[in-house]
Amino acid sequence: MAYYAKSKGQRVADWSVHYSLLACYLFFALFPLFWLFKVAVTPTKLLYSEGIRMWPSEMTWANFSQVMTDTDFPQFFINSAIVSGSTAVISTLIAAAAGYSFSRFHYRGKAVIIVLMLITQMFPLVMLIAPIFRILTPLGLTDSLLGLVVVYTAFNVPFATFLMQSFFDGIPKDLEEAAMIDGNTRFGALVKIIFPLTLPGIAATLGFVFTAAWSELLFALMLVSSPDAVTFPVGLLTFVSKFSVDFGQMMAAGFLALIPAAIFFFLIQRYLVQGLTAGAVKG
Amino acid sequence: MASIQITEATKSYGNTAVLHGIDLNIQDGEFIVLVGPSGCGKSTLLRMIAGLEEVTSGSISINERIINDLPPRDRDIAMVFQSYALYPHMSVEENISYAMTLRKSPKEKIASAVNGVSNILGLNGLLERRPKALSGGQRQRVAMGRAIVRDPQAFLFDEPLSNLDARLREQMRSEIRKLHRKLNATSIYVTHDQIEAMTMADRIVAMHDGYIQQVGTPLEIYDKPANVFVASFIGSPAMNFIRGTASASGEGYHLQTDQGHQIILPKSLDLKDRMDVILGVRPEHLMIVEEGPASLPATVDLIEPMGLSTLVHVRVGQDSLKIFTLDRPDIAEGTQVHVSYIKEKLHMFDARTEMRLESPV
Ligand SMILES: Nc1ncnc2c1ncn2[C@@H]1O[C@H](COP(=O)(O)OP(=O)(O)OP(=O)(O)O)[C@@H](O)[C@H]1O
Ligand SMILES: [Mg+2]
Repeated sequence: MAYYAKSKGQRVADWSVHYSLLACYLFFALFPLFWLFKVAVTPTKLLYSEGIRMWPSEMTWANFSQVMTDTDFPQFFINSAIVSGSTAVISTLIAAAAGYSFSRFHYRGKAVIIVLMLITQMFPLVMLIAPIFRILTPLGLTDSLLGLVVVYTAFNVPFATFLMQSFFDGIPKDLEEAAMIDGNTRFGALVKIIFPLTLPGIAATLGFVFTAAWSELLFALMLVSSPDAVTFPVGLLTFVSKFSVDFGQMMAAGFLALIPAAIFFFLIQRYLVQGLTAGAVKG
Repeated sequence: MASIQITEATKSYGNTAVLHGIDLNIQDGEFIVLVGPSGCGKSTLLRMIAGLEEVTSGSISINERIINDLPPRDRDIAMVFQSYALYPHMSVEENISYAMTLRKSPKEKIASAVNGVSNILGLNGLLERRPKALSGGQRQRVAMGRAIVRDPQAFLFDEPLSNLDARLREQMRSEIRKLHRKLNATSIYVTHDQIEAMTMADRIVAMHDGYIQQVGTPLEIYDKPANVFVASFIGSPAMNFIRGTASASGEGYHLQTDQGHQIILPKSLDLKDRMDVILGVRPEHLMIVEEGPASLPATVDLIEPMGLSTLVHVRVGQDSLKIFTLDRPDIAEGTQVHVSYIKEKLHMFDARTEMRLESPV
């Protein structure tokens, strides 16, 4: 970028355009979250009486404390964390192994496997609920967190594999060959050279699978009925009763549910933005 | 240090044969240059020696020991990649010392080896940097350093200079040569640049389409190319070729060119009457002369002044010829001139086999 060649006025103009665009985007993306928070801190009695306002005249944390103490939400929360965390880790491990093999090796049947994996992505999930329910029942996997982990992993692995493969494809083969000549085994080269360079990819895949599992509703609703294994998206529905919707508590619960995802992305964002392979080859 | 023997080595990918029966013996300490056009199998051969590519049939040995099935890490060979393949997440120092670290060499030994290498290659100020903070030439040096620090049995280079600009390439060319003199390690160097081949090699291996065409010292290859391919590939500006038929005249032969000119041929060649031949003559063995008994009439197409020398493109009938001269000829494009040749420097090839025609023994 040839900034040095521009006048000061030009630079200020560039800067303002740049940041106004960013601000527009941020507003668009974050406004629903703001609204979530606003409703969560609005006392129930004001919710309908005050009309639409940017901020309620009175603020309360009551919804949050009720969610934490009077409902099963803490349990749903832990369930969701277990399911999403396990799904993310297991899927990413499988996807990394499969993606590496797709990226580096030639073998018979590879094309067939890839096509099959693509095909699994084509069906609307609704179609699969009945058969999956039939399969899981005799195995005792309905009504259990393990069952959800298995199903989520099965659905997420294909896409995660293609994601990981594209990250491996981006790492020059020369690097691991150089490492093998330098004295590594192929596995050693994978662990010591390729793995550190794939961290951004692994982080992205973890994040992708984690969010997908964290917000999954359909299967969680269909496969689980006992409160022990309910995840939070299903739990949110408990605020909808026959006669009313408790918006305040629902929003408070929803807001709380954002926290783990936010923490998770905060932890991995360092790897997401890094372009680690820069400088490996002539450039 | 090591000698390398390659015996009837072939390589196929599925049904596509890429290398056909390669035979090559490399002496201890020799600097071998593999040269040939793109896609002829140079990298493949090099990678087979490194152990990165399986040998389909035949054998590769180091010091008479067959290493076909040895993994790369056990071959004790260093390789410099065209892309340099520096580890991006390691500093220059870590890149250079990586192989020694893997071999668990003692710390002081690694430190002194890295120090020695960075002195030789002028990397002293750069040891802490990551590869992405280096220029192309500096990366190239780090790649070299990573290879020489190990003191391996042999060095393999796959077009290590092709990403550098002309100036730097020239400089690195002589530095690699000097380094080779100093370390005296067996080296195999792949390039498709015939100037690199000529200037660096102890022996050149010219390859084409997966076959070795000729093995010899640079001057042998230049002066006695084994076939039309080698003759045209080695030498810049490239050799001129004229097609024609040999016909007996008196004691010797002359060449009846397809354009109807006659060129007297050296007596010693193994020719037959009415044989189709290709005559090759290097640009520096042609000159512009006054009309005479052995001269050919020609039209000047183009004059390329190059400072040191001048390249004159002429046409004799339909044949385009290039003439290299150190003079600055005072002629204009489009004029008629006469061209003569040094009879002893003509190369003759059988037009059917494209093989060199030598004097009968
Ligand atoms: N994995 C592969 N499958 C099929 N053919 C291959 C494979 N790898 C290389 N080849 C073929 O082998 C031939 C030799 O390739 P190689 O890389 O050795 O050429 P090269 O002489 O190094 O060329 P260059 O100067 O362009 O680097 C090429 O025709 C190439 O298409
Ligand atoms: Mg090559």
